[in-house]
Amino acid sequence: MAEVKEPRDGVQIDLISGQRMEGLTSMEKIRMILDGVREGNIVILEEGLSPDEESRLIEVTMTEISPDEFTGLEIETYPRSETADASFLDRLMGKQQTQKLTVIGPANQIETLHKDENLIQTLVSRR
Amino acid sequence: MGLLTDLKSSISRAASVLFAENEPKRIGIYGPPNAGKTTLANRIARDWTEHGDAVGPESHVPHETRRARRKENVEIERNGSTVTIDIVDTPGVTTKVDYTEFLEHDMEKEDAVRRSREATEGVAEAMHWLREDVDGVIYVLDSANDPFTQVNTMLIGIIESQDLPVLILANKIDLEDSSVQRIRNAFPQHETTPVSALEGDNMDEVYDKIAEYFG
Repeated sequence: MAEVKEPRDGVQIDLISGQRMEGLTSMEKIRMILDGVREGNIVILEEGLSPDEESRLIEVTMTEISPDEFTGLEIETYPRSETADASFLDRLMGKQQTQKLTVIGPANQIETLHKDENLIQTLVSRR
Repeated sequence: MGLLTDLKSSISRAASVLFAENEPKRIGIYGPPNAGKTTLANRIARDWTEHGDAVGPESHVPHETRRARRKENVEIERNGSTVTIDIVDTPGVTTKVDYTEFLEHDMEKEDAVRRSREATEGVAEAMHWLREDVDGVIYVLDSANDPFTQVNTMLIGIIESQDLPVLILANKIDLEDSSVQRIRNAFPQHETTPVSALEGDNMDEVYDKIAEYFG
């Protein structure tokens, strides 16, 4: 992540473009997300993660949870099944649609107020 | 020589497929914490194994199951034929574990911290099983709770991406606030079967579906 200015009294939001994520390996993406979230930032991914990366994100998050330090993360995407819509051939050829705006933040700072197919409302608090 | 190697390799592949088909399929019971996964695993084990041993202890305190537990060779009889599966009861999946939540269940801090540490290990283990070691999934949801959660969305997506057969169960239909339709609306691409694992309601249909999906 690029160097940021002096932290102020607020919540930092990192909006990460699909292009920036494109050249990263799965573990680099996960590391970037977790480093940001552990600093108390809200990370917004333009294109989200693949199901396999989401699975690994959960696994790595679990290994980093520590009492009184880090309680995990809150992650939100729209509840639609991109992979179910793709044909088997598309998935085999790696053409499955994974683009989905994804919001990730520290579990103790972000709270989901409402979520349905079209709307995600979250409350973000300072540390 | 090349022909002989090819032939040996073909025989070996055919044998492994044949062998794999005879092995019981490992069916993971997945879902969020407190959905009734262990209650279901125990119900299946009691109904279909010789000694009817429980798979694990049941509790209303979240993360009671903190290790994946496998019950081997569960033989379910349906319509004159037998389906043999291994059931794998897994810890409830979550993206966060806060030990202070366990303090609300009359737990000392030391016990709560230990439970949260074991819970995180258990969730990581469950994710690993899902990626590597299960042949199908029974996804259990508490039908009295909102199914539109991120954990449900992600897990169903992960299961679909691996082309695993998945049977969604709307559990706890004995509760007043239960809504099976809410789960059907959340995952319209899958069939949802209502059940009360605790009371044993509609288990016959669940066994029919297990035979249909995993037989």
